[in-house]
Amino acid sequence: MINTIKNFIEDAGWPRILIALFLVFLFVAAPFVDVRLDASVSDTLIRFGMNGVMVLAMVPMIQSGCGLNFGLPLGIIAGLLGAVTSVQLEMHGLFGVFGAMAMATPLAIIFGWGYGLLLNRVKGDEMMIATYVGFSSVAIMCVMWLILPYDSPKMVWGYAGEGLRTTISVEEFWQNAIGDIASFRFGEFFYFPTGVFVFFFLCCGAIALFMRTKTGTAMATVGSNPEFAKANGVNINRMRTLSVIISTVLGAYGIIIYQQSFGFIQLYMGPFYMAFPAVAAVLIGGASVKKASIMNVIVGTILFQGILTMTPSVINSIIQTDMSEVIRIIVSNGMILYALTRVVRGRE
Amino acid sequence: MENQPILRVEHVGKTYYKNRVLKDVSFTLNKGSILGLVGENGAGKSTLMNILFGMSVIAETGGYEGKIFVDGAEVLFLRPKDALSAGIGMVHQEFSLIPGFTVTENILLNRESLHHNITEEVFGERLATLDREDMKKRASLAIQKLNVDLDGETLISELPVGYKQFTEIAREISSSRTRILVLDEPTAVLTESEAEILLKSMRNLADAGIAIIFISHRLDEVLSICDKIVVLRDGEVVLDTKVGETSVRGMANAMVGRQTKRIEQTKAVKDENAKVLLEVNNLWVDMPGETVRDVSLRVMQGEIYGISGLAGQGKLGIANGIMGLMLAGGSVIFDGKPLQLNAPSESLAAGITAVSEDRRGVGLLLEESIEWNIIFSALQNQSGFLKPILGGLLHIRDEKRIEACAKQYVKDLEIRCTSEKQKVQELSGGNQQKVCLAKAFETNPKLLFVAEPTRGIDVGAKALVLDALRKYNRENGMTIIMISSELEELRSICDRIAITDRGSIAGVLPASAPSEDFGLLMMGKVDQVEVSA
Repeated sequence: MINTIKNFIEDAGWPRILIALFLVFLFVAAPFVDVRLDASVSDTLIRFGMNGVMVLAMVPMIQSGCGLNFGLPLGIIAGLLGAVTSVQLEMHGLFGVFGAMAMATPLAIIFGWGYGLLLNRVKGDEMMIATYVGFSSVAIMCVMWLILPYDSPKMVWGYAGEGLRTTISVEEFWQNAIGDIASFRFGEFFYFPTGVFVFFFLCCGAIALFMRTKTGTAMATVGSNPEFAKANGVNINRMRTLSVIISTVLGAYGIIIYQQSFGFIQLYMGPFYMAFPAVAAVLIGGASVKKASIMNVIVGTILFQGILTMTPSVINSIIQTDMSEVIRIIVSNGMILYALTRVVRGRE
Repeated sequence: MENQPILRVEHVGKTYYKNRVLKDVSFTLNKGSILGLVGENGAGKSTLMNILFGMSVIAETGGYEGKIFVDGAEVLFLRPKDALSAGIGMVHQEFSLIPGFTVTENILLNRESLHHNITEEVFGERLATLDREDMKKRASLAIQKLNVDLDGETLISELPVGYKQFTEIAREISSSRTRILVLDEPTAVLTESEAEILLKSMRNLADAGIAIIFISHRLDEVLSICDKIVVLRDGEVVLDTKVGETSVRGMANAMVGRQTKRIEQTKAVKDENAKVLLEVNNLWVDMPGETVRDVSLRVMQGEIYGISGLAGQGKLGIANGIMGLMLAGGSVIFDGKPLQLNAPSESLAAGITAVSEDRRGVGLLLEESIEWNIIFSALQNQSGFLKPILGGLLHIRDEKRIEACAKQYVKDLEIRCTSEKQKVQELSGGNQQKVCLAKAFETNPKLLFVAEPTRGIDVGAKALVLDALRKYNRENGMTIIMISSELEELRSICDRIAITDRGSIAGVLPASAPSEDFGLLMMGKVDQVEVSA
């Protein structure tokens, strides 16, 4: 019995166990400070569904040894372009969401290809370069959102008649178009977006399957031991580029799923910090800079989003003042800090 | 006291993890004489010097047997500092100089002349200032002893290699205590004229009363300068003689010849009129430390072809170049078709596979299972072990067949493991090597390169590895090129053996040629051997 517990702790790792215990504590404490448990669980699940695909986008690049995808905003931009285009074309419902994804895909492939070529030139420093790829692409797009020829009255600035607004509502187009498929409610507060979960797990399944193909096996080997891969006839650069493209495409899908749950498209600085929660989540899930599995994604997203959802509401109620934004920032950045210390350990 | 030797080594032996590397080594060194220490790679020279210099690796692995006397008193060095204070100085093959410091500063590093001042009284000697004038004098004195033209104010980073070597030696002799100087292959990096200067200054030092141990692979130099020669082989002294009583041939014979009986020859199946499988012309390979300059060779179908030579002479570069792992040029014709170089997948597709000498770095995925390691190459290059799913839309790994295949190899090659799912990094070196072989065999190559297959593995595994190679050659007609520093091992399994020297083939001999001929080829004495190609 003691051995089983020991093994479990060793497998899961102390950080994950502590975070899980803290999350359990928050759920237990919630009813005592008048935070509704059913609403909390529902919120956590919704946020899990919203963010899951973007966390999944970390996996291919980690597998191929490109490190954590700090350049996720690049994929997000492809997704945003797909989303605003679908709104421009007045596409509604499932047709709108999948239309947005379909239009984002070729863009994400092109962006990812260029991004991949760049990362192949900076082997060893991928993560720092990736961070700046993300930041600078967001900056370029700040200009582009203003000058791209979108003119739907739902999206442009009212007084000027041109240039996209910072926040665009998709409520009348495709909010919850996927989420509402077979969704259900318990009482007033509990809502379960079945469709989003189905979509997330389909993505996971696709990646898991891909990792078992010849190409997927080669990709994992490139990350694990590039010299070995090369000696066995694997084209390292091609595998790395492919992994970056897949990550970027997943990032584009991820943001579209996020928007259909959230109800808004956030442009301009919106994607700026989007990579960090995803990076933090996959690391908390137990991934290292060199190895990540689908399980890491699922566990990490639940833990990270759970804490992020629960901390502000529960702690706010405990200390009786509105600190939610401050606490959210502290928790979120604290986790990234923790995650980055894990990065260093992973390198040793 | 005149005939009292300054250094006496008596019955010194050493084992590393039950692996004997030195056995009953005894010799003496007199004041002012030069002793040449000669032996193949792995003969035990480095271990002997590590013992003499008190390197910590010796104490950490259980110390050594026997006794060492300096000036008639027994000494036991536990750390290099002890050896230094007893007057032993050592110049290593790799330079330990600070590139941004001047020659003088390097020579007197940590032994600088000091000015005294107040801060020193308060905070201790670390804050004393340097007496540059005196340092300059001391350094130039040391340089004078060497009799070379070296400016003490030059930065190390601006010096040619040879002069860095002189700086190292000057550092050792600048210590007034140094009475025994060990030079580990000092001429290996020097040009001929620099080497000459060095040899001359060694003579000067010896005449000044310093005893020198000179380790070298250049037998001519050893003969020309030493008073006494000790040849090590497999950790034993096989020759201890005055310089006039031996020749280059005698030393070469002592170095490589084994008294032990040859392992029974089990010859490869070789057709007399077999065709040429691999033809290499003017191959060059840019492999750090193993540069290949101009190699041409022809390997026949069904042959086991050995390549040997001293470390750094390019034998390993040949395989890495042909496999496309290192930048290479020249012409390689395989199976009648020209082979594209610098493209690993081309070589693999043509039917050439290699077992790398860098087992842990290139040969294995340490963090993955045995089965994944074994099937990887076949999976990637021959699309083996895949099964269709979704009506043939996608092919994924067939885990059942992978497991069955791995199980078979575990049984055939006697890989000791808990299961084929065990991670490779948990296996012993010998079993890791078997996994490497299994991976190569599974691709069913027409030509197999095996580099250093027995390095660092125990005797039992060694025999198994060699048997496996022999079996695949005989039963499957697999042509094998085996690259090894262990000449005797090659002679037990190969048909012909090529010896590399300075990046090209010095000669090709049948495995049955006398061992001293191989030794001479290794030493670059081509003219003294009748080479039959």
